Amino acid sequence: MQKRVVITGLGVVAPNGVGLDAFANALKNGISGIKHDAELERLQFSCQIAGKPEVSTELSLQYFSELELRNFNATGILYGVIAGIDAWKDAGLAMEISDEPDWDSGTIFGTGTSGIDKFRESIYKIDNFQTRRLGSTAVAQTMNSGVSAYLGGKLGLGNQVTTNSSACTTGTESILMAFERIKSGQAKRILAGSTSDSGPYIWGGFDAMKVCTFKHNKSPELGSRPMSVSASGFVPGSGAGALVLEDLETALGRGARIYAEVLGGNVNSGGQRGQGTMTAPNPVAVQKCIKDAIENTGIHPNEIDAINGHLTATSKDSLEIRNWSEALNRSGVDFPYINSLKGMVGHCLSGAGSIESVASVLQLHQGFVFPNINCEDLHPEITAVIDTTCIPQQLIEKELTIIAKASFGFGDVNGCVVFKKYKN
Amino acid sequence: MNKPEIIEKLKVIVKPYIKNQEAFDTLTESTDFITDLQINSANLVDVILDIEEEFSIIIDNQSMERMLDVKSAMEIIEMKLSEI
Repeated sequence: MQKRVVITGLGVVAPNGVGLDAFANALKNGISGIKHDAELERLQFSCQIAGKPEVSTELSLQYFSELELRNFNATGILYGVIAGIDAWKDAGLAMEISDEPDWDSGTIFGTGTSGIDKFRESIYKIDNFQTRRLGSTAVAQTMNSGVSAYLGGKLGLGNQVTTNSSACTTGTESILMAFERIKSGQAKRILAGSTSDSGPYIWGGFDAMKVCTFKHNKSPELGSRPMSVSASGFVPGSGAGALVLEDLETALGRGARIYAEVLGGNVNSGGQRGQGTMTAPNPVAVQKCIKDAIENTGIHPNEIDAINGHLTATSKDSLEIRNWSEALNRSGVDFPYINSLKGMVGHCLSGAGSIESVASVLQLHQGFVFPNINCEDLHPEITAVIDTTCIPQQLIEKELTIIAKASFGFGDVNGCVVFKKYKN
Repeated sequence: MNKPEIIEKLKVIVKPYIKNQEAFDTLTESTDFITDLQINSANLVDVILDIEEEFSIIIDNQSMERMLDVKSAMEIIEMKLSEI
């Protein structure tokens, strides 16, 4: 029998809030986490602003031992472990060490790169004939599965422990992979999430492609402008989000708080055919992804109360709105609420899908729609398709039942997940 | 540098890596890094790098292989120091 899957724990390390309370507060108040970045300026980046979570050494020491932090230089793992352990504790799950692995629990924690700063440090040593001085953790920090490996060890996970990677779709994909594994009865609980490294070595490639804004180096908080006519490229970001997905019976059995139900969704690819390329989405595939997600979950498109879009603040935002509108066959005032977290945090790349999913689930659980910021001047191509009232710029407190969240990534890959408010 | 000095420095170096405090508190020349102090075997290379830095010596691969207890570590450190 197929299992129902619910969310029982959340954790987040976002540029505008580390920890659930700080993040929820920032969400509701439209607080930006985008700041000027001195290192990007020194390196003469076109875009010198970024969204970077603030994590103190003191906070790190609550999750890592002093020994683990020696020669540690992997921001993505740092963010992922903090978000992951927070989600685990938030789900009311135990942290005590037992000798027996927890065979029923695993993690699918994605990332695009791992320990890119550690990798750079290692490359310099190797080229300087100092391979023997790399230390014992260069591999653990730079292997892509580093984040899931660290989490697996800290939590004693005995089910699947892996890292998925599908560019900016990564975080949405990890939730759907976890959903499938629990639904089919192969695991009772999966810590699903994703993370992204910070810094010039992860963001440089995007800067070189001229897809990041260079117009707001003096006004960082106004820089990320999803759906705005004056959007001029995305603002690079980083961070991690984590969600404990659990089989409904197991969750009920232990009296866990249930944030929402995961109804399912879909992932696909446009094959880089038609209008799809390495960097641009094939609209046929995007619409099919959304339609198939709705079909898989057995809901009607009209039941969707709100959408959390991918909406990065590039010229593709209008196309995304058209894709949603056509896929759902809803437009004008009939369109659901839609918001983009990227106005506040920038584009957290492989971490984006998870951080934004945490935001979506908080909206369902607490009953609100967070405001879009920096889109006072909505793009006319967007308002030609949907009514401006669908794009809230002020907090709306309202009970929501269904939220659809989608992410799209390089390689022409798409993911759409559907969350539903859980009622006893 | 005499033996007690070396052993004191060695204790400071291994301290962050040990998992058995009692064996550390009663550390002698016959103390084994892995079986007694329960240092993770992967961390032994870090211990050796820290020793190299502290004593300004370079420990070759053959010596590294032998450095499994306090006694052999002290012998190797003394030998390398005498070569400077």
